[in-house]
Amino acid sequence: MLLITCPWCGPRDEIEFSCGGEAHITRPSEPEALTDEAWADYLFNRTNPKGPHAERWVHTHGCRRWFNVLRNTATNEILAVYEMGKPRPDGEGS
Amino acid sequence: MAEPYQRQSALAHLGLAARAAADREKSDAGVQLGERAFPGQLNLRGDPGNEEFMDAASGTVDCVLPTVPNTSAGEDDLEEGPRVLWLAPVEWLIVTAAGAEEALAGELVAAAAGCGGSVTDVSDARTVIVLQGPNARDVLMKGCPLDLHPDVFRPGHCAQSLLARAAVILYRRADEADGSASFEIHVTRSFADYLWVWLEDAAGEYGVQVIEV
Ligand SMILES: [Zn+2]
Repeated sequence: MLLITCPWCGPRDEIEFSCGGEAHITRPSEPEALTDEAWADYLFNRTNPKGPHAERWVHTHGCRRWFNVLRNTATNEILAVYEMGKPRPDGEGS
Repeated sequence: MAEPYQRQSALAHLGLAARAAADREKSDAGVQLGERAFPGQLNLRGDPGNEEFMDAASGTVDCVLPTVPNTSAGEDDLEEGPRVLWLAPVEWLIVTAAGAEEALAGELVAAAAGCGGSVTDVSDARTVIVLQGPNARDVLMKGCPLDLHPDVFRPGHCAQSLLARAAVILYRRADEADGSASFEIHVTRSFADYLWVWLEDAAGEYGVQVIEV
C-alpha cells in the first residue's frame, strides 16, 4: 500500500487515489499530418521503464485534483509529487 | 427540495427515534450513534485568489472561507450559523441547520455569482451520521485510512476519505463535555444504510447507544 502525498490534502492512503497512466504525453497538434505509425505511437505506446516513471494520479476520494507523481516502478518509492503542467523534476524523458 | 411532507431522511426506515427512546437510560455505552436528518448542504465553488469572490462569499456565510486544506471555519453549533468545510482548492461545503440552506443559497448566489462563484444545493445528496463517545475514534480507525490521532485530526478539522470503502466527508466537532471526541460523517444517501449497519457492527464491542440528534 502506497502513502501518496496529495499536493493539497497531504499524505493519504493509496485507496483514495486513482492512477491515470503515464504523464507528459502531449496530444499532437496536427493529427492529420501524422503517419499511422506516429499516431499509433501517441495512442498506444508507453515507456514502461523499470525505475523512475512519471505518472498522473487523481485524488478521487479527496479533493479530486490531478497531479503528477514520479515513482520508481521497481521499488514503489515515490521520488516526487508535482503539479500538472510542471516539467519532470529529474529532467529525464519527455 | 422535495415537498416537506414527502421528505424522508436516508435512515428513516431504521426507526432510530424509537431506538433512541429505548436507549435513553443506557449510560455505559462506549459509542453513541445518531442521524442528523436533513442537514443543509451547499456546494460552493470559486477562486480563492479572487478577492472580490472571497469577500462576497465570506461576508454571506459570516466567516472567512478556509483556504488551509482539511480545515473548517464558521460555527460548530449549526444553530449559531453555517459551518464551512474545505473540500478542494476551489471548493467548499457549507453546512447549515435543517431548513436554513435555501435562504442562504439565494444570498450566496446574489453575492458571489457575479464574481465567478457557483452555488449548488446538495442537501439531499448526503445525510449526516453523528458518531461520538469514548470509543468513537476506535470505530473510525477500523475502516478509515486517515491519520485520526487526536493531535492530528483535531476539533474543526475535516477530510474527504473512505470509511469502510464508502466515500465520506468527515468532520470533527468540539469535544463532548466528558472530553470524548465527536464526529459528523457526511455520507451519500445510497450508502447511508450500509454505513450505519457497518458502524453498529464495528462499534458493537464497545456498546452502542442510539441517540436523537
Ligand atoms: Zn487531495
